[in-house]
Amino acid sequence: MHTIETLALGFLSIVVVNNFVFTKFLGICPYIGVSGRLDMAFGMGLAVTFVTTLSGSVTFLIDSFVLTPLGLEVTRYVCYILVIAGAVQLVEMYLRKFFPPLYESFGIFLPLITTNCVILGICLFLDQWQIANFLQAVTLSFGAGIGFTLAICIMAGIRENLILADVPPCLQGAPITLITAGLLTLAFMGFAGMIK
Amino acid sequence: MANDAQTLSSAQVVWNGLFKENPIFGLMLGMCPTLAVTTTLQAALTMGGCVIFVLICSNLMISAMRRQLKPHLRILMFTLTIAVFVTIADQFLKAYQPEMSEYLGAYIPLIIVNCLIICRAEACASKQGLRISVIDGLAMGVGFTLSLSLLAGIREILASGKLLGMTVLPLAEDGGWFVPWAGMGFPVGAFVTLGLLLGLVVHLTRKAKG
Repeated sequence: MHTIETLALGFLSIVVVNNFVFTKFLGICPYIGVSGRLDMAFGMGLAVTFVTTLSGSVTFLIDSFVLTPLGLEVTRYVCYILVIAGAVQLVEMYLRKFFPPLYESFGIFLPLITTNCVILGICLFLDQWQIANFLQAVTLSFGAGIGFTLAICIMAGIRENLILADVPPCLQGAPITLITAGLLTLAFMGFAGMIK
Repeated sequence: MANDAQTLSSAQVVWNGLFKENPIFGLMLGMCPTLAVTTTLQAALTMGGCVIFVLICSNLMISAMRRQLKPHLRILMFTLTIAVFVTIADQFLKAYQPEMSEYLGAYIPLIIVNCLIICRAEACASKQGLRISVIDGLAMGVGFTLSLSLLAGIREILASGKLLGMTVLPLAEDGGWFVPWAGMGFPVGAFVTLGLLLGLVVHLTRKAKG
């Protein structure tokens, strides 16, 4: 029972309280770049969630069973990048085979998931927070992906309506998106302190 | 990117890096560290220094191996090269600037996935010769650092009234007049300041064009 409680709290905290996009500024590039349409944002979120879960768990295993016992912590970043690139390659092949239209619409953004900060971010933070439990590592990585999906979908929903708004010409496009994101972080700050 | 395939003079490359295609205000790349480490000017400068180092080295390496690159393994090779140099920078910071390394935390390794460096590898280093690539790395890195410092300077002054430890605006609690804007230290300050600065840049560019 205790484990389930810890896991649920950890999941909730990483999705809303410590949302990677709003509090750690990770994944801002796709957050600004792909959040134009809701369906694409959702697809992107799911792809990122899959890759974070997979690479978060795999890097955790590699870290605790290979790198730390052998004293090879220096090579950590190179290993992380290799795992992430492999996972992204998997997603790319899967999408190309089973969802060709979605694959087409992502274009260059799909291989660029490799360079999504959320993914490398969760691998690094798992190490920094000194997570010792595999189940917890999986939950947190999954939560980080879900948090990203949540953020990018909220943003896409707002931006679909923003098209109709009368924005001053100099603020159109990226500037207004950034300001909107700023206001969203204010809203999410309301969750701070909810979980100790 | 504007400078595909054509040969460029060094002066043009420097001009592009610093102003015309400034990484943050022109290309909008490398946003994550821009927003995250600009709470104080010192952090921004350290970050800028690391990015300059990594950018020059990775541009040099990638330019040297540009004829051997296979198209589908390209991005992987870029990130692996960058990861090696980031590891070097990280170890160096840990040894000589432990406090700063602690403060920046995960954002130093996150330079690996800074879109700016990968974009320069793709757009410049994998197409141009060694000399142009190194100059481009330096110019882009300096342009990045300048923008970062601008943002960090504004946020640090408004959040604490100080810049690099010196008092710029006398605080109300110390007998001055300035009440610090707490929001500037939070994420919202980063997003809104960058948004407004970007709007200002767009406005000025339009005015200059007439």
